[in-house]
Amino acid sequence: MTALREIEFRDALREAMSEEMRRDKRVFLLGEEVAQYNGAYKVSRGMLEEFGERRIIDTPISESGFAGLAIGAAMMGLKPIVEFMSWSFSLVAADPILNNAPKMLYMSGGQFGCPVVFRGNDGAGGQLGSTHSWCVEGLYSNVPGVKIAIPSNPYDAKGLLKSAIRGDDPVFFLESERMLGNKGHVPEEEYVIPFGQAKVLREGTDCTVASWGRPVHFCMEAAEELAKHGISCEVIDLRTVRPLDIGTVVRSVKKTSTCVVVDQSWSFGSPGSELASQVHRHCFDDLDNYVHRVHTADVPTPYATNLEQEYLPNTRKIVEAIRSATYNL
Amino acid sequence: MTSLSNPASGPAAAPVKDVHAKVYGDLDHLQAPPVKVDVPAETQLRWLRDMLLIREFEIRCMQAYQEKKIGGFCHVYIGQEAVAVGCTQAVRHEDPIVTAYRDHGHALARGMAAKHCMAEMFGRIGGCAKGKGGSMHMFDKANNLYGGHGIVGAQTPLGAGLAFACKYMDEVIDGKKNSRVALCFLGDGALNQGAFHEALNLAGLFDIPVIYVVENNGYSMGTAIARGTTMAHSLVTKAAGYGIDGYVVDGMDVLEVQAEMKRIADKCRETSRPAFVDMRTYRFKGHSMSDPRKYRTKEEEEVFEADDPIGKLERHLKASGALSEDAFKAMLKSVRDEVRDAVAWSDASPAPGMDELFTDVFVERWGPYTGSTQPEMNGGTPNLPGTLTIDTKEELL
Repeated sequence: MTALREIEFRDALREAMSEEMRRDKRVFLLGEEVAQYNGAYKVSRGMLEEFGERRIIDTPISESGFAGLAIGAAMMGLKPIVEFMSWSFSLVAADPILNNAPKMLYMSGGQFGCPVVFRGNDGAGGQLGSTHSWCVEGLYSNVPGVKIAIPSNPYDAKGLLKSAIRGDDPVFFLESERMLGNKGHVPEEEYVIPFGQAKVLREGTDCTVASWGRPVHFCMEAAEELAKHGISCEVIDLRTVRPLDIGTVVRSVKKTSTCVVVDQSWSFGSPGSELASQVHRHCFDDLDNYVHRVHTADVPTPYATNLEQEYLPNTRKIVEAIRSATYNL
Repeated sequence: MTSLSNPASGPAAAPVKDVHAKVYGDLDHLQAPPVKVDVPAETQLRWLRDMLLIREFEIRCMQAYQEKKIGGFCHVYIGQEAVAVGCTQAVRHEDPIVTAYRDHGHALARGMAAKHCMAEMFGRIGGCAKGKGGSMHMFDKANNLYGGHGIVGAQTPLGAGLAFACKYMDEVIDGKKNSRVALCFLGDGALNQGAFHEALNLAGLFDIPVIYVVENNGYSMGTAIARGTTMAHSLVTKAAGYGIDGYVVDGMDVLEVQAEMKRIADKCRETSRPAFVDMRTYRFKGHSMSDPRKYRTKEEEEVFEADDPIGKLERHLKASGALSEDAFKAMLKSVRDEVRDAVAWSDASPAPGMDELFTDVFVERWGPYTGSTQPEMNGGTPNLPGTLTIDTKEELL
């Protein structure tokens, strides 16, 4: 038996984009350094060579301009993929991405859809400081009209990105600089992963641990650690926060009776607070404890390594939260 | 350059110049030499009717606003009619256009039926956006009108995107040259938004065939242009900074607007280079319904009212014998009937059903979202997800 093919997260993203661009000429990629530079993080490496400069387009540092341009092009029927080098930079494009893309279909009474995929690095990259470490899902998941995917591994990244590109609605696709080099199994054959379907990564009986994106890995480490002490965790990767597959989480909590939500955005008004609220509502009679939440600390992102480590959700904090939720302190 | 002389028995020439200089900062467009008009009389009559329709429509809007049939913000186009009519008549119907919130005139000029425009403002299902958009969000897919955008300057990158798509389709998809151009209208207030400058830089950089038409009415809300905009006396210098050709056009003269815009659009089509137009115009009414216009004088308003683009064309056609007084009265009556019918039709159109609250959020159906349909004016057909759509579902318990 041959070994399973393993590729990096960035390669999975590139495969998704390239496959979709081969099958649909309406799809094109634009963003800072995506073409000649091969991508600031090498996600689009080689794509200029294959698709040419009309479809792989270097933009100036002008997020509001090129995000708006992509939206106009999408209204005309094209399917742009916009790469934000960092989602932190998307804040200067707030008007197009929050006021235009999610609302165009609605305020035009169904006349003009907006099938754009905005994608790029989200979350702390490693000592990037306060302005470059945004987890934008905390802000953006508040807005109806967009779908938001936050994959944790190469397999999901590829399948979800293909779904995002093929869909008819705007998508925010949140990657992580810290995971782009992560390797994982991605089959040669084509597949797509529907939005709104969580994946149970590890089955367990004592505590449901729900997360998405990079902290999923810390949840798995915490589950591994606690298994040594006889605490059995069920780890769920939501994969998309809009749609949010609340059903999978609720079924799990009805079994375990405790729940920890791990979210790398700030706690106040976040996807994590929303999920916790929904679990409280749907599992009110099943819970043995309130839903515990692990977030980044409620402060601007610090630079110093030790402070940044403590600021982020990490395995230790997740272990503590699970112990507390399950009365195993 | 084509232009109408102004035989109005209004204020004397020197004060007119002074007032124009005060509003726009210079006299460029008054110094343009008039050129022989060469538009068939029947075409001019049609444009006169198009402008009258906008004028009468807006007058009824103001009434309807007072009667509280129209809510929210409402910005009327009275005084600027020559711009929307002249510009849309200078390009092809398949050329996309996009504009800001003072958009009723563009919708009507592009061919939207008055009843769908009025019903939208009444918040009725028969509106162009099923009553979900309102006065500032007129969209018309069949007539290639891409909105109606409420945030000042927001439409300027979209305009670049529309034109980018036209070019992309020619070069990458269709393999044929449709050579469409996009018209992006903006007010002079949008010149100070970052989005505008980013859009111009991209358009200049990427050779995007978009024409930015600045409807320079001298005021961004109540702020005179020179109080908020540098180089107000020479806006074309802003375009020059992005390598884009700039033009100054008298927006109070529909013949000049059409002739100049045709020339500019033809060049844009041929070269795929963007253009910038300082379209000198004037809004006769306030910024919105709640504007007492204390920032300008009655005398100034009178000077511009004497330059009314409708009265000017009417007098010209009468002087040339193409329009009799009776024919003009008949035209006015037919326009008023059309607007009255639009109001009656809108009154009779039902409010959107509660099921509309959750439609048109996404094309795809999931969770509480029940898909999307075109408005009644486009046949009410469902927007179906693409052939390879994804089965998304949000399980609600």
